[in-house]
Amino acid sequence: MSEGATVSESAFIEVDRVEKVFDVRRRTGFLRRELRRVRAVDAISFTVARGEMVGYIGPNGAGKSTTIKMLTGILTPSGGRLRVAGIDPSRERTRLAHRIGVVFGQRTTLWWDLPLIDSYRLMHRMYRIPDGRYRENLDRLVELLDLSALLDVPVRQLSLGQRMRGDIAAALLHDPEVLYLDEPTIGLDVVSKARVREFLRELNTERGTTVLLTTHDLQDIEQLCSRVMVIDHGRLVYDGALAGLHEAGESERTLVVDLERELPPVEVGEAARVVKVDGPRQWLAFPASESAAPLVARIAAEYPLVDLSVREPDIEAVIARMYQDRETARETVVPAPGNS
Amino acid sequence: MGEGGRPAEGLRAYRLIAGMWIRSTLAYRVSFALTVVGGLLVTGLDFVAILLMFSQVDVLGGYTLPEVAFLYGLSATSFGLADLSIGSAGRLGSRVRDGTLDTLLVRPAPVLAQVAADRFALRRVARLIQGTLVLGYAWVALDVDWTPVKAALVPVMLVCGGLIFAAVFVAGAAFQFVAQDASEVQAAFTYGGQTLLQYPPTVFGTELVRGVTFVLPLAFVNWVPAAYVLGRPYPLGLPEWVAFAPPLVAVACCAVAGAAWRAGLRTYRSTGS
Repeated sequence: MSEGATVSESAFIEVDRVEKVFDVRRRTGFLRRELRRVRAVDAISFTVARGEMVGYIGPNGAGKSTTIKMLTGILTPSGGRLRVAGIDPSRERTRLAHRIGVVFGQRTTLWWDLPLIDSYRLMHRMYRIPDGRYRENLDRLVELLDLSALLDVPVRQLSLGQRMRGDIAAALLHDPEVLYLDEPTIGLDVVSKARVREFLRELNTERGTTVLLTTHDLQDIEQLCSRVMVIDHGRLVYDGALAGLHEAGESERTLVVDLERELPPVEVGEAARVVKVDGPRQWLAFPASESAAPLVARIAAEYPLVDLSVREPDIEAVIARMYQDRETARETVVPAPGNS
Repeated sequence: MGEGGRPAEGLRAYRLIAGMWIRSTLAYRVSFALTVVGGLLVTGLDFVAILLMFSQVDVLGGYTLPEVAFLYGLSATSFGLADLSIGSAGRLGSRVRDGTLDTLLVRPAPVLAQVAADRFALRRVARLIQGTLVLGYAWVALDVDWTPVKAALVPVMLVCGGLIFAAVFVAGAAFQFVAQDASEVQAAFTYGGQTLLQYPPTVFGTELVRGVTFVLPLAFVNWVPAAYVLGRPYPLGLPEWVAFAPPLVAVACCAVAGAAWRAGLRTYRSTGS
């Protein structure tokens, strides 16, 4: 704790043993209610430096959105210490609002029934953005996010991808130092996803905006984030580089081979195991940390190989395996005191 | 933490958002005019119902037609003021349910101002216009000796009545933080209360009048101060000075509603549901 002071100087976002406990009342009878305590976020600690781009992942209900809501001042933490740009978000929500941008993938911050440009004009006044800077930012965002044809369209008539771009622009008009994105690519088509990612990368490298995004899409993380944090059951279970996550999760890649004809499962010993056979096509799983080359060479030498492809592990599988490991670890640890 | 600046910030945000909606409404002038005319006709039916009653009887609960029109005009106009300026807050429950309240919490403006100005419906002026017209009729038709005090009491009643109704709207919205489907309950107190006040207190049971005086003090919108203007006996035998209590009642209502709102918002921010 003695280094706390130096940490807070370089850290832009500081989260120190923050927790969020919800009391969930469930109706179990006509008048009877059951009270249950849910620890949505359980003593999480991390710091994010200015200019970092961090992916925040975990299964549904793991506590991702709750964390984002505490960081933006929407929710008040039940315990711990939280600072964004030196501000306590829940206590000084409106002061913080000038310095952060927030994009919720599932709901828009734009005014639904009005043309897109009306929302921007309102943000201009509400955030007290100086006229010159507003015009400069708007022009730049309209160009980068390809919004010029959409400005006069009511928000409700925009497609999901268009609306998302509109939302991202709205969140950046006031030059926030940090941008939070909650599932920014959810439901978008491939082209829209690519465009959003490209934009975020530029924003981060050219303007130095700190970005924290939650996602279900491994490609978002792979293409954007040097650092990833994994949360499960309200606890931070991993914080580091994406490559390390694969190791931590003992993830596997898949080699898909097309043989000349239908054959019994390929035998390559310990190097890989066949997980699926469908006619002449077979799927082999092998550790993500191993190179595919020797495996391919061996199969090509021993079998009539026609074609092949390698598939990267998807994040869901990696994380699922991490959770499984944690569960088994817990189960094996619990009986120990009784035995000794 | 800048508490002094918050009301000013709220008013500013309110003006910005409401202004945007008004501009957008006025972009379609004909459509807007037709909506207002339609609103006038619909709200006018309320008063037509009272006229029909008076075609059968000369007095209602001891009140003549101009006297009932006076009550009606006061109630409809003050309610119209509150409904126009803050009625949108009644939709808070649906914002809580679908989670869009979160988007208001990340903006640099007080949430109440944003909720109140949300979809500012200028068409609600219809009720205000209609109430004012009926009040104008009562002013002309009433056989009252308009002393300066009585004349001054009318605008005081309208402003205080508007504030009392606004407080009911805000308190109702605050309740929707806890019970998201309570907008009908709120409507019972706001629209229901407004309709109640259009009739003389003498036609209702003592229990109801007592509730509307001491529990939810809607009686101070018109019944009590109007009794002074009309020289009528006070409901529940209240002393004469209470005719001048509306400003106090309005301030108290707003304080209670404000506290309820803050408590509701605090609950939301600690539970997120």
